[in-house]
Amino acid sequence: MSDILLQANAVAKHFGGVKALRDVSLSIRRGEVYGLIGPNGAGKTTFFNCMTGLYIPDGGGFTFDGVALQADAPHRAAELGIARTFQNIRLFGNMTALENVMVGRHVRTKAGVFGAMFLNRATRDEEAAIRQRAVELLHYVDIADRADDLAKNLSYGDQRRLEIARALATEPKLLCLDEPAAGMNATETEELRVLIEGIRKDGTTVLLIEHDVKLVMGLCDRVAVLDYGALVIEDVPAVVQKDQRVIEAYLGA
Amino acid sequence: MDIFLQQIINGLVQGSIYALVALGYTMVYGIMGLINFAHGEVVMIGALISITVTSTLAAAGMPLGLAGLFGLVTAMLTCMALGWSLERIAYRPLRGSPRLTPLITAIGMSIVLQNLAMIFWGRNYMTFPPLLPKVNFEFAGTHFTLVQVVIVLLSAALMAGLVFLVYRTKLGMAMRATAQNPAVASLMGVNINRVIASAFVIGSALAAVAGVMVGSYYEIAHYQMGFMLGLKAFTAAVLGGIGNLAGAMAGGILLGIIEALGAGYIGDFTGGFLGSHYQDIFAFVVLIVVLMFKPSGLFGEKTGDRA
Amino acid sequence: MKNWLSPKSMTGIALIAIALIVLPHVVGMGGQAWVRILNFAILYVFLALGLNIVVGFAGLLDLGYIAFYAVGAYTWALLASPHFGLHFPVWAILPIGALMACVFGVLLGSPTLKLRGDYLAIVTLGFGEIIRIFLNNLNSPVNITNGPQGITLIDPVKVGDFSFAGTSQIFGMTMTGPQKYYYLLVALALLVIIINVRLQHSRIGRAWQAIREDEIAAKAVGINTRNIKLLAFAMGASFGGIAGGIFSAMQGFVSPESFSLIESIMVLAMVVLGGMGHIPGVILGAVLLTFLPEVLRYAVTPVQMALFGKILVDPESLRMLVFGLALVLVMRFKPAGLWPSPERSRELSEKPVEVVK
Repeated sequence: MSDILLQANAVAKHFGGVKALRDVSLSIRRGEVYGLIGPNGAGKTTFFNCMTGLYIPDGGGFTFDGVALQADAPHRAAELGIARTFQNIRLFGNMTALENVMVGRHVRTKAGVFGAMFLNRATRDEEAAIRQRAVELLHYVDIADRADDLAKNLSYGDQRRLEIARALATEPKLLCLDEPAAGMNATETEELRVLIEGIRKDGTTVLLIEHDVKLVMGLCDRVAVLDYGALVIEDVPAVVQKDQRVIEAYLGA
Repeated sequence: MDIFLQQIINGLVQGSIYALVALGYTMVYGIMGLINFAHGEVVMIGALISITVTSTLAAAGMPLGLAGLFGLVTAMLTCMALGWSLERIAYRPLRGSPRLTPLITAIGMSIVLQNLAMIFWGRNYMTFPPLLPKVNFEFAGTHFTLVQVVIVLLSAALMAGLVFLVYRTKLGMAMRATAQNPAVASLMGVNINRVIASAFVIGSALAAVAGVMVGSYYEIAHYQMGFMLGLKAFTAAVLGGIGNLAGAMAGGILLGIIEALGAGYIGDFTGGFLGSHYQDIFAFVVLIVVLMFKPSGLFGEKTGDRA
Repeated sequence: MKNWLSPKSMTGIALIAIALIVLPHVVGMGGQAWVRILNFAILYVFLALGLNIVVGFAGLLDLGYIAFYAVGAYTWALLASPHFGLHFPVWAILPIGALMACVFGVLLGSPTLKLRGDYLAIVTLGFGEIIRIFLNNLNSPVNITNGPQGITLIDPVKVGDFSFAGTSQIFGMTMTGPQKYYYLLVALALLVIIINVRLQHSRIGRAWQAIREDEIAAKAVGINTRNIKLLAFAMGASFGGIAGGIFSAMQGFVSPESFSLIESIMVLAMVVLGGMGHIPGVILGAVLLTFLPEVLRYAVTPVQMALFGKILVDPESLRMLVFGLALVLVMRFKPAGLWPSPERSRELSEKPVEVVK
């Protein structure tokens, strides 16, 4: 098993005349927390969407776990082991927290209409397992007491956690978090940091897009900086923080 | 090949009517995201009212042409009021509701209007008084009548007028702004309620004219005439790319031509298996085929979802 | 569901069971015509539940659902009548009808399910019309459907020598054809209801709801939305097909007239007015919308005679007028339906901020 989980090779994407990504190459190592930062409009979410199958790159491609990544449809990415959360939180509002996480188990389970109609042994067992795993995950992100509340009625912080639990339910090799700390105060951010560290400890690789530079630098093993769609630097936080180009990109020298 | 040109002409005439009606659908959809199912009935009411007014005035001694004009104007005014009321009473209270709610309401209003018309005008087909003299023309082997010429020219004039309104007047600009982003338009001082009401009123006026055209062309009117026509006009609007004026116009004309050519040639095409009574389904078949390859219609923009 | 065996539920279930058993005889006292109407109500319950899968569970707007009913009905008619001289037994035709409807559902769904909601609505509407027009015209050069005249003398449901048509003596009681069909329909309806409830609470049911809530998020968690939507279409179509077959057998006669757009709208109204996605509500919608128009039709003539001394308004137009008004009024005042699921009524009763669209 190679050290590198996800490799981006000269990924390019443009929208009309705008070059959102210019030949971005980077690599995410198995088991690390990898940060992706950059000013607004730098292309972070575009990169994300290319990786998870929402956009098709115009050039270059990805290798995931040694195999060329053919995520032509978003659900393929999840099947292959890439899970994501959304910048604007996309939960299933009128389903309970528990049901949201149970939906996360869909991709790893298989009961179909006939199983649903006849409720045979295998289906019943699978349903029980789904429910149990969902409860476990709710505990893991610490919102088990809200299991039967509708997702749209949860607090903002709990909604973010729920989204992470749902993503974890898909048993990802790579968990991609799109600005999970947005709108959080210092305490909540710290709780988030602890959660992500736990996820790393339990063996899942994490890609973190964030604006909160303190969180990124304190949490990530390595960091990549994008600016105007191009990769500026990819290195450990200590080096990145001091890099002149990074400082310029953020402060606009 | 002999009927080709003739069918094109027929298609152009029918298509112009479709285009006028399609514009009403597309304006409302573009601004509100609502399929105004009752629009076809407005066309029907326009036709029936003009028959009643024209016949009554003509029977009282007024020359037919003048009575016809009165009939047309009355129909337009009535339909404009009808469109305005429809929006005010049935649709405005539902703004902000999920899509399905106003759609069902629209279907309900369509049924109400159809049945009110039946109660008022009866079930029988009504003869449409001939408003124009019966003049025939011939050109390159094709025949057409004065009525057909007037329909095409009048439609073109009305469409040009609408384009002028939408692209060169303040109201038009307000409509375009509201279609793009209602919240921001309202912040910029646009009176959304008035814009929406205008869309309905203008669309209904066009519908009334279309109703008179249909009546004159086919020489009959009937309480159920709005249904199929409305459906096909909406199909034309979707074909062209709903919410798009040029799309509605192009879609309408294109649909008319396709229907005419299809009806003319389908016998030969299928070796006699399918006849011209399958004409009604061309609209839908064309729609399905186009949407398979261009899901937002011929001129529609791809609205991408931003994650 | 865990409390089904409690004394309170058991009494409730027993009462409902007794009511169901006795109903056709009570209703029959007003004439067999009312039993027939009762049977139609149950058929519409099938249809409404089938459409509920598509519209209520998966959130796909289908305005041409009646096409699947038509396919099921004509399948039975063609396989069990003098038209082709075929007389297949019920246990063969019903599955074939369901399968045919399912195939049509997949045919319609494959190219169209990627379309936006309103476009899908109009395309499905078109499909329904296409089917009706074909049924009306496939009588030349090869007579497949017998055109506008339809197909008559269709075999009723027969189990061995026992036919559901005509009057029989069972357990010493006299039961008319409609009454016998009633029991068959109720038994099937219970089966259909159980299947629907199970579907709703299954992995697939959750996937449907997820797609309805947020299709992009559903894709992101690995749901193959295209296939799952197709599944909803196929299941809904199958139910329609089965209902169609029984309709054919019961009525003994089919023609394209029974499968018009207004029928599709009627079934949609049953689902939406009853309480979209909520199985008890949908059943209520189907029963109400079958019975009320009949009651209205029955009452309108005498009332008008009493009030005006003559028929002012044709009962049929009045019936449709009231139907249209009902649609408008319910959407205005109870948009979640008459008996919505608790979440849904909360969802729709929270008055949104005045934002256009």
